Formats: sequence, structure tokens, C-alpha cells
Amino acid sequence: MNRPTVEDQLERDPSLSPMERREMLALLGKWVGAAVAGAGVFRAGEALAQQSEAAAGTKRKRRYGMVIDTRRCVGCRACVIACKAENKTPPGVYYTVVFDHVIEPRIDDKPLFMTKPCFHCEHPPCVDVCPVSATFKREQDGIVVVDYDRCIGCRYCMTACPYSARWFDFDENYAPVEENTAYASVPSPEYRQFRRRAKGRSPVGNVRKCHFCLHLQDENGEYNKAEGRWPACAKTCTGHAIHFGDLLDPASDVHRLLRERVAVRLKEELGTEPNVFYLL
Amino acid sequence: MTGITNTVKSFEGSEASALKRLFWMTGIALMLLGSYGLYDRMAHGHIHANYGSIVTWGLWVAAYIYFIGLSAGAFLVSSLAYVFNMHQFERIGRLAVLTALVTLLLALLSIFFDLGHMGRSWHVMAFPNFRSPMAWMIWLYSAYMVLLIVEMWLLLRHDLVSGSSEPTLRGRLYRLLSLGSRDTSAKSAARDRRIVRVLATVGVPLAVMFNGGVGALFGSVAARPHWHSGLFPILFLLSALVSGGALLTLAATVFQDGLTRNRDTVVVLGRLVLALLLLDVLIQVSEFLIAFRGGIPGHVAGLQLVISGPYWWVFWLWQVAIGTAIPLLILLLPTGKDARWVAFAGLLIAAGLFGLRLNIVIPGLAVEEIRGLGEAIGSMRVNAHYFPSLGEWSLTALIVGLGLVLFGLGELFLPRQKEVA
Repeated sequence: MNRPTVEDQLERDPSLSPMERREMLALLGKWVGAAVAGAGVFRAGEALAQQSEAAAGTKRKRRYGMVIDTRRCVGCRACVIACKAENKTPPGVYYTVVFDHVIEPRIDDKPLFMTKPCFHCEHPPCVDVCPVSATFKREQDGIVVVDYDRCIGCRYCMTACPYSARWFDFDENYAPVEENTAYASVPSPEYRQFRRRAKGRSPVGNVRKCHFCLHLQDENGEYNKAEGRWPACAKTCTGHAIHFGDLLDPASDVHRLLRERVAVRLKEELGTEPNVFYLL
Repeated sequence: MTGITNTVKSFEGSEASALKRLFWMTGIALMLLGSYGLYDRMAHGHIHANYGSIVTWGLWVAAYIYFIGLSAGAFLVSSLAYVFNMHQFERIGRLAVLTALVTLLLALLSIFFDLGHMGRSWHVMAFPNFRSPMAWMIWLYSAYMVLLIVEMWLLLRHDLVSGSSEPTLRGRLYRLLSLGSRDTSAKSAARDRRIVRVLATVGVPLAVMFNGGVGALFGSVAARPHWHSGLFPILFLLSALVSGGALLTLAATVFQDGLTRNRDTVVVLGRLVLALLLLDVLIQVSEFLIAFRGGIPGHVAGLQLVISGPYWWVFWLWQVAIGTAIPLLILLLPTGKDARWVAFAGLLIAAGLFGLRLNIVIPGLAVEEIRGLGEAIGSMRVNAHYFPSLGEWSLTALIVGLGLVLFGLGELFLPRQKEVA
């Protein structure tokens, strides 16, 4: 089957509008139809899984993660806002959250803030429980994604995540979307699917989560901080507390910080092996 | 509707008919009240539901595990007759299978409306992930549903064919349901019984697996200490048997003149329910004692919510008093030999077990996984406190009302079980 190549091509060309993508997918469906019985029926959820398979094995493996320096976090919540602006998440959906009472009471009076995205665990319990494999960990870079077209909205993954990193889209909207201002028609760049919010249409009714802004990766699966292609929360962090990068790359900030400082991960006892580390 | 009430009237004496009218009116009233919930869910999706991203599952999931437990329990009671040759239960065998079928339908409806994308429910068949306990559960109960339908048809076939010659509405209905079968010979009846025996035998491990599987669906979630216990699948199975058995004592008493026909069977079933209920209590007490003695905050948090949280009354009044203590007394005292009292105890137990289901689903979720999450966001969706919304109650009422109406229709139209020697 030649699906991976076509998908790759779609991925490489960011100028393709969602409509063109849909047409190409339809064309693709016809091609594959001969090979797979009922390919039309199975269209749901082909795109994301294909992206993952296409990249697996052929390219260098990465393990994206974050090292968050709690001593540098001032609790400004710019990361929360930047994430919302980037991904156009609705009310009640927060890919990252800032906690201010995680450790309390403290012996000294210092505040401690903790920003918490999805940890993109090495052993993500959310992935195992999904009855339809709509959520999975990408082979090429370990990012845990949700296929909005396949997800049935059962929310089992939300119960299985020990870190409350998943959010259900209840179809609530901020006023500018509700009142149908110009902002309402701005699509979300998530997964490069450029979906516009519409009643009852995915991602409404889906479970949503942080994906390390993977739509900002280039064709080789790389981010670039200088070009601004960097997860929105890390890019905007006023105190430079959120460090992002490839944990397998010895030259990366995250690798260096983990070598030099002592880091902790949350709920190690569950064996999930988060890829987000905290410096205390 | 008047047609139905007239039919009911013609059936029984005045006292029973008053009760039956009450039953029908309750069912229809619940369905009418519930139509708002159905409209709200279909027109507005989940926006008016009160669950959120902390308490992700609410009343509908509790209703689902409740009904699915009733179904498995009722089916396993029917197997006493068809697998374990306890002929005394044969007279309520068909009723038990009907109960299993109706409650399974109610369970599937409850969980169907809970989905974010109802139109994608076929995905669970097309893209199953067999690492997920939920996928296993779905495949197992789909097989179970097919088995139930076939078994029910075979149990009724002979009577349907015999009754199909009547020129009444019932006769026409029977002709339709008999699916063209015309054979009323003793040989064909014996063949039906043989197949039923095989199906029922296959059904026992299937029912044990899928209901234990629902327990495993919760029990295997390591992130939720309130659920994460090896006792969970067993607790689910026992609770299913208790609730299914209890509902059957009630159904066998009121269904098709059951009080006179099934008096002894109901009393025996009451004994069985008593024993199962005591076992169920034992398992629950064990869960509490071990968790509290261990004292790990995460393990205790959910149980503390159960016994002293904002919904302490669901546990103490609903689950313990109504669902356990009072029926235990009724069944242990001499009243346990009176079928009417046993049926009443059955009603209390079946109702009380819903409290147990709520206390499984909600306290397990209503604990912030990381302290301060609700405070950090301040959205009603990110709140550890949950109370079902009007729409959630309403849709649940619709499903319960539908169950009553289906039972009522079964009461009216199903062939009466022949006396067995």
C-alpha cells in the first residue's frame, strides 16, 4: 500500500488547505479501495496512525520531553495562555495548568509553582485502555496523540491518566467564538488538521490533550527554537522555566539539565516513566 | 395507552389490576419525564451534563454498570435451571432470560448516550484494541447479547408457534416472532431444549467473564486507588448476582400471576439472595478494613468520600440501610418465608445496589489526582464535586421507564410459562 508516501507528501506541504487535504484523502480512499475491502468505511482515523507508521523506522528516533525548573517559575501562567492561543482550546480544556499549592504547607514561606503539560509517558496507561486505539504513542518521537476522527468519547483514558492531562471537549466556547466574531473562523493548527469549531464536529465530543505542538515540527520531525517552531508554553515562558527538547540528544538543553541537576518525576511508583522532569 | 390499560384490566382482579395500573403509569410517566433528557442530549450533546474532566464519568456510567450487573445476575440465575438442572427454577427461567435481555438493553442505552460520539460506536467493532479491558468487555457482551436473543427465542418458539393461530393481535405478533417456524412436535421441543442447554452452558462463563470484565475495567486502572483492587472483578460479579437475583424475586412475584404460581420458588430464591448478599457484604467490609488499616491517603480518600463525604447518605441510607440492613432483616426473620416479603426485600436490594454502583464510579474519580487542580483552573468542568444535572437524571428516568414498559409488554404478550412437573 502506498498510503504512507501520500500522507508524507501531505505532511510536507503545509500550504495544502484542509479542503484540498480532504479531496486528496478521498482520492486516496479510491486508490486503496481496491486493496482493502470497505476502505471508505475505515477512513476514520487513517491519517494520524499513518503519519506515525510512515515515520517509524525510516528516520532517527527522538524522545521529546521537558525539564521544568520550578525555581524559575514565577506562576505567571503565560504558558497557559500561550497554549490556548496556539491551539484554540475551548473553556475547560487546558493542555497545561499551573498549580500553586502542590507542596503545602512548606516549612519556608517560598511559593512553589508547577506547570504541568502532558508527560508523554514512556508507558502511557491512557493508550492501553483506549478501546479503539484512537490514542497512541508515536513511534518516531514518543508524543502521545489523539486521533479525533477515531475517538468515540468514552473518556476511559481520562480515568486511566494519573496526571489529569486529558480533557473532554464539552462544546463550550469563549465569547468571541460563541458570538461568531472573526476569531471564530480561525482554525486550530493542531495535528495540522486545521479544524474549525463546529457544533458536534470533532474535536467536540473528543478527549483532548497536549501534543507538544507537534504541528510545528518540520518534515524531519524537528522543532526549531530560533525559527519559533517550539511548543508554545516553552517558547513563551517568562522565567525560562520550561525547557523542551530531545531527551536522547546529548547536546539538548534537557539532556544537559538532567545531567547537571537532580530531577524528579511525578508518581514514579506507577511505572509510567513520564518524559517531563521537574527541577526543585 | 387506554387500550393497554383495558387489556390490563381484563387480565386480573381489581386489586392486582390497581397495582398493574400503577406500574404502567410509573413506567409511562418516567418515559415522559425522560423525553426532556433525550431531547437535551440529542440537541445539545454533553454541554448540560455535570460531569467534567475530573469526575469524567457520572450517573450514566453508574446506571450502565448497574443494569449490566442486573443482566448478568439474572442470566446466571436462569442457568440454575438450564445448566445445573435445578428444576425448581425452571418456572422462572424464561422470566430470568427476559430480565437479562431487557436490562442488557437498558445498559447499552445508558452507555451509548454517555459517548462523546454516539455515531462512532461501530468503531469498537472495527478497530478493537485488545489491550483495553473495555474492548474485551464490548466484544464479550456483544456475544452475550446474541446468545441471549437466540436462547430467548428457542425458549419461546414452541409457545409462539402454538399461539400463532389465534386471530388476535397476540396471535399475529406470535406469528411474526415465530419467524416462520411451524413445528410443534414434541421432537422439536426436545431439540429446542437441547440447544438451550448448550447455549446456557456457554453463557455461564461468558456472563462471568463479561461482568468480571466490567470489574476489571475499573480494577485495572492503577491511577485510581479506589478502584485498583483485585477484589473488584469479584465484587462486580457478586453484586451482579445479588442484584439480578433480588430483581428476579420481585419479578417472579408480580409477573403473570407469579405470587400464586411461583410462591415456593421465590422463597428459595430469597434464601439464595440472602447468602449472596452476605458474601457481598463480606467482600466490601474486607475492602474497607484493609484500606483503612493500611492508611495510605490515596487509598483511603475515595472510601472516606463514600462514608463521610457530601454524599454520605448514598452509602449509609441508600446502600447500607435500604439496600442491605432492612432486606437482611426481612430475609432472616420469619418474613423470609413469605413470598411477598421476599419480593419486597428483593425490591429494596435491587434499589440499594444502585447506591453501590454510584459509590464505585463517583468517589473513585472525585479525588484530585494532583492537589489543587480545581483551584488552578476554576471551571465547573474541573471540579471534584459532582451532582448529576437535570438532563442526566431525566435521561436515566427515560431508560428506567423504558425498562418498566418493556417488562409490562412482556407481561402482557409473552406466553405463560407452562407448569413443569
